[in-house]
Amino acid sequence: MGATSPLGGDVASTWDAMLAGRSGVSVMTQEWAELLPVKIAAQLAVEPSEVIDRVKLRRLDRSEATALIAAAEAWADSGLAGAGIDPERLGVVVGSGIGGAQTLLAQDDILEASGARRVSPHTVPMLMPNGPAAFVGLEYGAQAGVHAPTSACATGAESIAWGLDMIRSGRADIVIAGGTEAVIHPLPIAGFASMRAMSTRNDEPEKASRPWDKGRDGFVLGEGAGVLILERADHAAARGARIYARLAGAGMTSDGYDIVQPHPEGTGAARAIAKALRDADVAKSDVVHVNAHATSTPVGDIAEIAALKAALGDHPVLTATKSMTGHLLGAAGALESIATILAIRDSVVPPTINLDDPDDALTMDVAAHKARPLQIPAALNNSFGFGGHNVALLFTRA
Amino acid sequence: MATREEVVSGLAEILEEVAGVNPDDVSEEKSFTEDLDVDSLSMVEVVVAAEEKFGAKIPDDEVQNLKTVGDAVSFIVANS
Repeated sequence: MGATSPLGGDVASTWDAMLAGRSGVSVMTQEWAELLPVKIAAQLAVEPSEVIDRVKLRRLDRSEATALIAAAEAWADSGLAGAGIDPERLGVVVGSGIGGAQTLLAQDDILEASGARRVSPHTVPMLMPNGPAAFVGLEYGAQAGVHAPTSACATGAESIAWGLDMIRSGRADIVIAGGTEAVIHPLPIAGFASMRAMSTRNDEPEKASRPWDKGRDGFVLGEGAGVLILERADHAAARGARIYARLAGAGMTSDGYDIVQPHPEGTGAARAIAKALRDADVAKSDVVHVNAHATSTPVGDIAEIAALKAALGDHPVLTATKSMTGHLLGAAGALESIATILAIRDSVVPPTINLDDPDDALTMDVAAHKARPLQIPAALNNSFGFGGHNVALLFTRA
Repeated sequence: MATREEVVSGLAEILEEVAGVNPDDVSEEKSFTEDLDVDSLSMVEVVVAAEEKFGAKIPDDEVQNLKTVGDAVSFIVANS
């Protein structure tokens, strides 16, 4: 597994910070932030320039750099380097919710100021939404297929679901799967802010992301990437791989309801969860933990509770790690899958910080404020995206 | 008007910035693609940066003739 996030430059530091209940949200010091209603974000803990050399970095969009950083950690962690795997059996599924928007906007500034000839010849591979997947595929010589699903904030989870599909259908033995996002830029922020989707708790950045709390006023934008190495069980066993968990099943549905609002009763989300349970053939009672989508928006957080109760029951212990990481959009489902997997491995639910005054409609148990020890045979990770995309991933103990 | 030495040194700066080429490796007989490992997209960047630095217009048709640093120097010296 690999990650770079607002909490740390790798999985271990991110996970340690989560268990400690640390917030990755801070005030943006960029000059342009002064002009925006939202002045806070969950920015990367470790800048890509500390990890990737300058010349390589200038040909990468920030979302491509984060994907490559997370993939490098995952690849090293997997022990596949030098294992002599067949590149035709190696696939990549790495999506992004928005893609290379920072490149698009920066090059547009150059176009306006200096003319077409000054636009970088690297512009297109930097802004194309399949760029992160393609660069990862290139780095590891993947030849089974390189894919970049895009479903807004469900992208990271959807990428993992399609990775599972590649393996089950026999198209690959190993898939590098995950999501990436890096759009802390005035335009996307202005857009989300105009929708009134973002928190404006500018004077208390660490308290701004507060899923299920009565005082929540929108999400906090985060950036980063998460990448998993998915491998067919017998293939992993044959090479003696260290296995974190089993990706037992996935469920994907669409609301068919509204372009941005979730269905208020969470019916599409409930169907995704039910599908994941059936797909995994896991009993509801074994699913004792859920890493919820819970972004800290008024409607979404509560719709998810309705979905969970309908599809799973009252018993799971929930958490919303976005309270600490902010919302990584297309990377969220991947980073949260990593948190879900580590919760299973370490028998601990990471905390939901800032849940000081729970919403009356929160009628399930949440690991508020502090990490909670829990034996977890199976856990669910939910992700939902603008457009009505619902993805539920079910992991079980290896 | 820049001297050949000045153009070589200016190109070396551009090549370092754009493609990470060690300036000590840049000399007139070196081929951009074979010796200095400059790919086609980076070559476009080099050309645009060189136009700006030396005030020379380098037409796209001409770029394919600029195999070596010396070729580029000659063109720039003759056209700036």
